[in-house]
Amino acid sequence: MVEKVLLVDDEKDFLEVMAERMAARGIEVSTASSATEAIRLAEKESFDAIIVDLMMPEMDGIEALKLLKKKKPETQVILLTGHATLEKGIEAMKLGAVDFLEKPADMNQLTKKIKKAHAQKMVLVEKKIEEKMKKIMGLKGW
Amino acid sequence: MNTTGSKQDDAGLRFFGKVTASVTHDVKNSLATINENAGLLTDYAAMAARGKPLDPTRVDALAVRIMDQVKRADALLKSMNRFAHSIDDSLKKVDLNEILQLLAALSVRFAAMAGTTLDVRPSSEPVEIETSPFGLLNALFLCLEFTMTSAGRGRSIDLRPEKTAAGACVHFGPLPDAPISDQELCLPASIDARLVKNTEAGTLTLIISDR
Repeated sequence: MVEKVLLVDDEKDFLEVMAERMAARGIEVSTASSATEAIRLAEKESFDAIIVDLMMPEMDGIEALKLLKKKKPETQVILLTGHATLEKGIEAMKLGAVDFLEKPADMNQLTKKIKKAHAQKMVLVEKKIEEKMKKIMGLKGW
Repeated sequence: MNTTGSKQDDAGLRFFGKVTASVTHDVKNSLATINENAGLLTDYAAMAARGKPLDPTRVDALAVRIMDQVKRADALLKSMNRFAHSIDDSLKKVDLNEILQLLAALSVRFAAMAGTTLDVRPSSEPVEIETSPFGLLNALFLCLEFTMTSAGRGRSIDLRPEKTAAGACVHFGPLPDAPISDQELCLPASIDARLVKNTEAGTLTLIISDR
């Protein structure tokens, strides 16, 4: 199954080349140059992983992470930053990010993390479906 | 104990740290983009090894992207170097047109984060003033920060130098509505300058006396 990823970064050149490299690895890539645009896309479509730059104008990666998790808790968010600090890393993980990486990130490592995020999301979605089924069966008295 | 002096030193250090962090962040972004483009080249090479024909126009486009990022990083480092050297002399004759261009180059990311753009409007003649180059940059940055914060997203910030009888001045528009604290006012005072809000012209003006 093809992984579906949303890349979010205000650096358009970086976004373009990352998207091309991921597409060459068989990943279906969408891009957004702002957190606002990313949230709009995430509301309309389902992504296996959303890779977000930490430092962006208007809304930074941490705020975007909070909103994304609020709207779609099963969303797997990976934060990318030019300067990774332990403090920011802990904050990101506490807010539910699956990973926190420093740029430049190794593409092979990133691809592995995307596949892991995809698998994790499938587990969460299946769990959600199971809970819904149990609820329906309970209501029907089956 | 010279508390005013140490306040200025603290402000100066904070300013230096802020600008250095911002410029190095942008250089890191350039390097990350160069790295990915180089990675894409290795991807193309791997694909070619597997029999997929290599498209010369795509390789060329990649090379251009890499060169553009190198130019960008080089420009950032040049500005950073000029900024670092602004501390060399405590008193020097400077042209405000050049100083404002340097300030704008160092403040690109700050402006982007505030959702504003910077528009330096140089005068047709040099606007020379004898002052502390670093102190001047610090005071100008303070004015710029004020103006950017108040301007609101999507606004353009104008920076315009002007020669005066006693020295020079720099106008920042639009006029910020936030009050300026005494602590912040001591910064311009350290270079014999003062801040004036010109409501009629809609600008914040830094008036600098020739030392």
